[in-house]
Amino acid sequence: MEYCIIGNSAAAIGAVEGIRGVDKKGTMTIISDEPYQAYSRPLISYYLAGKVAEDKMYYRPNEFYKNMGVELLCGSGAGKLAVREKTVILRDGTKKRYDRLLIATGGKPFVPPIKGLEKENVHTFHKWDDVKSLAEELSAGCKAVIIGAGLIGVKAAEALLCLGVEVSIIELADRVLSSVLDEQAAAIAQQVMEEHGVKFVFGDTVTEVLGEGRVEGVSLKSGNKMECDMLIVAIGVVPNTDIVKGTGINVNRGIVVNERMETSVDGIYAAGDVAEGKNLLWAEQRVIPILPNAYKQGETAGVNMAGGNNSFTKGFAMNSLGFFDFKMTSAGMQGGEGYEEIYTLKAEEKFYRKLVIKDNRLMGFIALKNIDRTGILTGLIKDQVEITKFKEALLKIEPGFAEWPKELRKERMLS
Amino acid sequence: MSLKSYVTPSFLIERNKERCIKCKVCVQQCANEVHRYDEEDDEIISEEHQCVNCQRCVTLCPTGALTIRKNPNELRQNSNWTAEAVRAIYIQAETGGILLTGMGNDRPYPVYWDNILLNASQVTNPSIDPLREPMELKTHLGRKPDSLSIKEGKLQKKLPPQLELELPIMFSAMSFGSISLNAIKSLAEAAKQEGTYFNTGEGGLHRDLYQYGENTIVQVASGRFGVHADYLQAGAAIEIKIGQGAKPGIGGHLPGEKVEREVSETRMIPEGTDAISPAPHHDIYSIEDLRQLIYSLKEATNYEKPVSVKIAAVHNVAAIASGIARAGADIIAIDGYRGGTGAAPLRIRDNVGIPIEFALAAVDTRLRQEAIRNQVSLVVGGSIRNSADIVKAIALGADAVYIASSALLALGCHMCQKCYTGKCNWGIATQDPQLAKRLNPELGAQRARNLLRAWKHEIQEMLGGMGINAIESLRGNRLMLRGIGLTEKELQILGIKNAGE
Amino acid sequence: MKRVYVREEYCAGCGLCQVHCITAHSEYKGDIIKAYKKSFPRPLARVIVEEKRPLSFSLQCRHCEEAECVKACITGAMQKDPATGIVINDTARCIGCWTCVLVCPYGAVRRDETLHKVAVKCDMCAEAGGVPLCVENCPNGALEYREER
Ligand SMILES: Cc1cc2nc3c(=O)[nH]c(=O)nc-3n(C[C@H](O)[C@H](O)[C@H](O)COP(=O)(O)OP(=O)(O)OC[C@H]3O[C@@H](n4cnc5c(N)ncnc54)[C@H](O)[C@@H]3O)c2cc1C
Ligand code: SF4
Ligand code: SF4
Ligand code: SF4
Ligand code: SF4
Repeated sequence: MEYCIIGNSAAAIGAVEGIRGVDKKGTMTIISDEPYQAYSRPLISYYLAGKVAEDKMYYRPNEFYKNMGVELLCGSGAGKLAVREKTVILRDGTKKRYDRLLIATGGKPFVPPIKGLEKENVHTFHKWDDVKSLAEELSAGCKAVIIGAGLIGVKAAEALLCLGVEVSIIELADRVLSSVLDEQAAAIAQQVMEEHGVKFVFGDTVTEVLGEGRVEGVSLKSGNKMECDMLIVAIGVVPNTDIVKGTGINVNRGIVVNERMETSVDGIYAAGDVAEGKNLLWAEQRVIPILPNAYKQGETAGVNMAGGNNSFTKGFAMNSLGFFDFKMTSAGMQGGEGYEEIYTLKAEEKFYRKLVIKDNRLMGFIALKNIDRTGILTGLIKDQVEITKFKEALLKIEPGFAEWPKELRKERMLS
Repeated sequence: MSLKSYVTPSFLIERNKERCIKCKVCVQQCANEVHRYDEEDDEIISEEHQCVNCQRCVTLCPTGALTIRKNPNELRQNSNWTAEAVRAIYIQAETGGILLTGMGNDRPYPVYWDNILLNASQVTNPSIDPLREPMELKTHLGRKPDSLSIKEGKLQKKLPPQLELELPIMFSAMSFGSISLNAIKSLAEAAKQEGTYFNTGEGGLHRDLYQYGENTIVQVASGRFGVHADYLQAGAAIEIKIGQGAKPGIGGHLPGEKVEREVSETRMIPEGTDAISPAPHHDIYSIEDLRQLIYSLKEATNYEKPVSVKIAAVHNVAAIASGIARAGADIIAIDGYRGGTGAAPLRIRDNVGIPIEFALAAVDTRLRQEAIRNQVSLVVGGSIRNSADIVKAIALGADAVYIASSALLALGCHMCQKCYTGKCNWGIATQDPQLAKRLNPELGAQRARNLLRAWKHEIQEMLGGMGINAIESLRGNRLMLRGIGLTEKELQILGIKNAGE
Repeated sequence: MKRVYVREEYCAGCGLCQVHCITAHSEYKGDIIKAYKKSFPRPLARVIVEEKRPLSFSLQCRHCEEAECVKACITGAMQKDPATGIVINDTARCIGCWTCVLVCPYGAVRRDETLHKVAVKCDMCAEAGGVPLCVENCPNGALEYREER
């Protein structure tokens, strides 16, 4: 059996481990267009800030590929799929046959059509190389504008602040981290970031990048102008589905997969940020671009590719986000119409805990400042446990099991 | 205006700061809230007033940082008005109440066991090595017939019902209410494993304990708590409790706070009500009345179970025992004045009753004289502290012994004598779930079993030393005993010779 | 694999499991006093004791078959040893993103921020081997080290 995996990140590693759990013999090839062993993508901001050294960036030990019997082709990357021939044609022209293929090409930064974006010093914040080149152009005191106050924009801002850069974030929405925080939480998070020196412009966006060759400033939709020495585009990530164009593989926002991570074409699987799969909380299929999801989907795909039988339908969004020492965790849905919401807000202490409940089951939560043991909440979402009898206790600074009905506690805690 | 307390702490707690790691284990464990953590100073502080010296904190402190001592603070020396005497008056002047206490009489009365010595064989009668040769400790309790008629190797008449013990030690009556269910479970399991019996006391039999029926003696006391047909049927024997060594002539009083749901269900009384056992059985005013109850119980259980009658050792115990034997009891249990209790008025405990050694000797002698010794088995209790006490008791005439205090000590009791407060830090004399769970019955059973096994070995050693290979041969064999430091009168009552004689 | 199971009906809530856990993870193994007084930073207890009187119980990492923390760990520091089944965090690689805190359904991962941020959790006293020290030192046999029943 010949396995081929395109992409060399969390989903790919999950797949390798999944395959090897079932099939110790088949040959495996990973095709990557990044010149590294698998590294931890979320660590790039820590690398930039100087908090993680080069050798700690890697997601698996050096010997991983050897031990797993994986041939790693780092280079041009995959250019095309010849589905009928079961062959991947690399950009450099070489061909790679496969019996089972996993597409784990992840996401790519969404870059909107803005005038002047081709200038030097415009960056995305997605790959190790992105931050390496960014690092070369940085100096303390220089000014950076980040477009987008999402997870990536915020992590980029934190790293830049560590390096003494002046950071402004321009965000079209009216708040920070709108995909993971509700308004009350966002207000606190924004306050924390402002205390660390971030300047925000909300409800506005960049219409033109100014400067000769290099970025010198931006002009905004509102007509305002801002000076800056560099621009980081962090508006979002979209599934990197380029490789499947014209293959007949069903693509919606991402590559559509079933619970076994199979695409619409036999023998071809997809996992991670590129895949649009079933999930726990929403009726429609979704791309859930987070690492735990990528790994699990990859692992599921791997097991199935090797002839095992595994399914993954319990994905949902979840994030642990730190901004300097301020901690935030969140998972699942933010609530709204039709949901019961209970929360504790102590704005002056920056404490916030919200539970989103439907049909007596936890559908989501947000925790600011105190995040210890919030995994218990994540677990309750995942297993859709009836929480009526102890939901108030879940608002405690540190949730626990003491308030649970004895039987449920024993079952959950000791099984 | 409230009364200021003049009672100074009895104990002094020393915390070695070089050792204390401020882990707060002591704070967590003391139900009397003696220790606390002072956040501001980051210190553990102890306020000794409430300390009862139960040693829970000392034992659990992981660094051995704690020492508890008698408070060295002293009143002016006075051999008459001892500190204790003065203190008692302060307490009563403050409360206006009876002084209560727990566990057995702690006054410095003589312990006669310690004035009795055992014999051993030399030359003329070889000793026996129990590791190499069989050594029988099996004991049967119950009425023995005057004669046996055997035809063709078969008994012609059925024997009266007997309790069979693998060793002559049983766990004495301790009620559910006075001690925790976990404590009872520990003893019940140990009794089962080692082939002996535990006794329900007057607290009824909790549903979890019916499985131990074959190793249970169910008690019927003046309050008749928890007595019903299934209860009587459940046990291997029935014991009528007339009295108890720690408080002869006094009833029992389990305060309503201890009557939580399980206790109330088991005793069949409403939750939270005081459980008052009257001083006498209101249907027993004579030996004839007692006989009626004995036979009602026998009737109710088809004459299949021996009936025991438990009394406190009091002045004319011998005559009373004779009456009980004649009333039809199969076993007489006698509880000496050092017997333990969950709660007793201090002055009664310390001043009423007689030593078990005398009571036993007197009863055994009297029943022999009246030639009815075979009609009853004698079980004695009231501070049996070790295996030597047991061997001496059996040589004095007992068939078996009851142990209570030693059994609780095995479970972790530290003799603080505060059982009546319900705050036993060792999870024994308490119904507080927070405290009761500190006694894991599996570990408790293991400890109680270990104690029984250790004593069994020691008894075998002592028997072997005397050249005896069956406990039966020691029973009433007072020649194996000699007195030391006793008066002529004491020797006479005990029916033993002086050492050297 | 063998795991630690608490019997809450016998947990005395004393916290000795934590004392011994701290000692076992300090540089002064076997010496409680030094572990507390000399080690800096003093390790965090890997075992959590919850109390709501009269209830109390301790809880440590379950070393899940399908360990959420391992799958979610963004650095690859959290790994399940295939031979022993023990889930161990490589503290040299952990950067304290607290994703494991977010996903552990038992709330068994602790944050240690005394020096650099690292997630700490029960490692079954793997270094010492044998019975985990919390189990060995529970005064009331409330902790069992056994196969799942
Ligand atoms: C700055 C940043 C911070 C993040 N922080 C967190 C976080 O804290 N927690 C969290 O859960 N998630 C975080 N994420 C998201 C997380 O990194 C992704 O969910 C995860 O990496 C997805 O893994 P993946 O394997 O699906 O794809 P990716 O990691 O996107 O990897 C896909 C790989 O495929 C390669 N590739 C693409 N096309 C081709 C081709 N044609 N041929 C060969 N190779 C190709 C790409 O170059 C890339 O190396 C963060 C992401 C970023 C960018
Ligand atoms: S238990 Fe011992 S070490 Fe712990 S706080 Fe108390 S005295 Fe100190
Ligand atoms: S009452 Fe017991 S636990 Fe409390 S301080 Fe005194 S000895 Fe220690
Ligand atoms: S049973 Fe408990 S309260 Fe009673 S003496 Fe023993 S330790 Fe003290
Ligand atoms: S830390 Fe939590 S998720 Fe990870 S193995 Fe332990 S119990 Fe499971």
